[in-house]
Amino acid sequence: MSPDASMELVCPAGNLPALKAAVDNGADCVYIGFRDGTNARNFAGLNFDAAAAREGLRYAHAQGAKVLLALNTYPQAENWQRWQGALDQAAALGVDAVILADVGLMDYASKTYPGLRLHLSVQGSATNYEAINFFYERFGIRRAVLPRVLALAQVEQVVNHTPVEIELFGFGGLCVMVEGRCALSSYVTGESPNTCGVCSPAKAVRWQQTPQGLESRLNGVLLDRYEDGENAGYPTLCKGRFEVNGDTYYAIEEPASLNAMECLPEMLRMGIKAIKIEGRQRSPAYVAQVTQAWRQAIDACRRAPHDFKVDAAWSESLSKVAEGRQHTLGAYHRPWK
Amino acid sequence: MKLPSITFPAPVAKLLALLPQYPHAVLFVGILNAALSAHLRPRDLQPLHGKQVCIRVKDTGVEFHFSVTPTAFVARHRVPRPDLTISADARDFLLLGLRWEDADTLFFNRRLTMEGDTELGLFVKNTLDALEIPVLDIFRPGPEAVHIRDKNILRSS
Repeated sequence: MSPDASMELVCPAGNLPALKAAVDNGADCVYIGFRDGTNARNFAGLNFDAAAAREGLRYAHAQGAKVLLALNTYPQAENWQRWQGALDQAAALGVDAVILADVGLMDYASKTYPGLRLHLSVQGSATNYEAINFFYERFGIRRAVLPRVLALAQVEQVVNHTPVEIELFGFGGLCVMVEGRCALSSYVTGESPNTCGVCSPAKAVRWQQTPQGLESRLNGVLLDRYEDGENAGYPTLCKGRFEVNGDTYYAIEEPASLNAMECLPEMLRMGIKAIKIEGRQRSPAYVAQVTQAWRQAIDACRRAPHDFKVDAAWSESLSKVAEGRQHTLGAYHRPWK
Repeated sequence: MKLPSITFPAPVAKLLALLPQYPHAVLFVGILNAALSAHLRPRDLQPLHGKQVCIRVKDTGVEFHFSVTPTAFVARHRVPRPDLTISADARDFLLLGLRWEDADTLFFNRRLTMEGDTELGLFVKNTLDALEIPVLDIFRPGPEAVHIRDKNILRSS
């Protein structure tokens, strides 16, 4: 590893205080979205209008941090103008990069704003270097965020065969990991995460305390029933408990959070350029706590990668905020790979 | 600074729940209108207009019922099914108000529950998160509200 190896910490922000919390606690980049379905965290009251984005850019740039804008959902024929408008606005605001998934939007961006830095979103579902190199050759992408399906050995294969910077998820809620291709919620709500920007539209979600426990429902479909004191999860179909052949269990995915902190030395060694923290829907308190722990970890790893150990205090602050309160290395660690 | 780990004993909740809740609500909206309106204009809360919201402090048995009009927060009498009910213990509301704790973390731990219109609940949560300063700092005296930054809270709960 070269001594000047860099690895950026990329943190989420759903609002201005979260952006400031990320910057104050040592994020190199903060990623944000506009207040509509052009990004994959389209929740009421969340995200940035133009004025807030402008102030966020001013604040981040004053402290040497970058702001990336996620435009990572897929426009449809009837609403293309909205995505195009969002991209025009991002370019006018002077964001440091846009995070895109859709090929059409990528084409428009590269032709209209050749100076605008393009990142391939995790929603672009590119899991191999041929796919990433295609985006590089056609649209000049500078970075790709890898879907959370590859073991570290596979990640290294990708890194070694592309000139594109690779960004990996380090921490945050996991889903069934078919990013950019998941249509699960549309079977129940008629809205898919990739076109409407949210896994479970809040208007279709209901929580109700019943004598049997706390029930979560999506458009009337029972997703889960939690006993008193049992940890709850986000009300998504993929994390529901269902009766299958007489057994009731997490038939698709158990709620869990990724925490790949122990893999940092390995990621640094193979030349990973950025670590991404999930959670634009979370509060400024979460952003501050998680950013602080990861800043310290990345700095410690860069100073002495061979002696790197995950500090108990970092783990504790990360465990506290995790969905499902359990951590996993996800696909990064596969003994059989 | 660190908040003590207290919960009001169950008899307190039983006793206070028997009292009329409307006077609390009048006091509550009075404070909201006086302190919050400089930072959060009722007209910006359009999705809440005409909706009845209940803040239930579980360990004290106290409920605040209110609604929002284009010009003010207004106290309401208790109804069986408010449009949105947000419940937590007093200490957890304090932690949220000070921005020392994350709402989703409390939700995962079952310390914060939201019943009724989930979209409305997310709108409230996200609107409060987007305020320039934490909600409870707004109520602190002085010309400039000050951020309370204390990392000990990371180990408090």
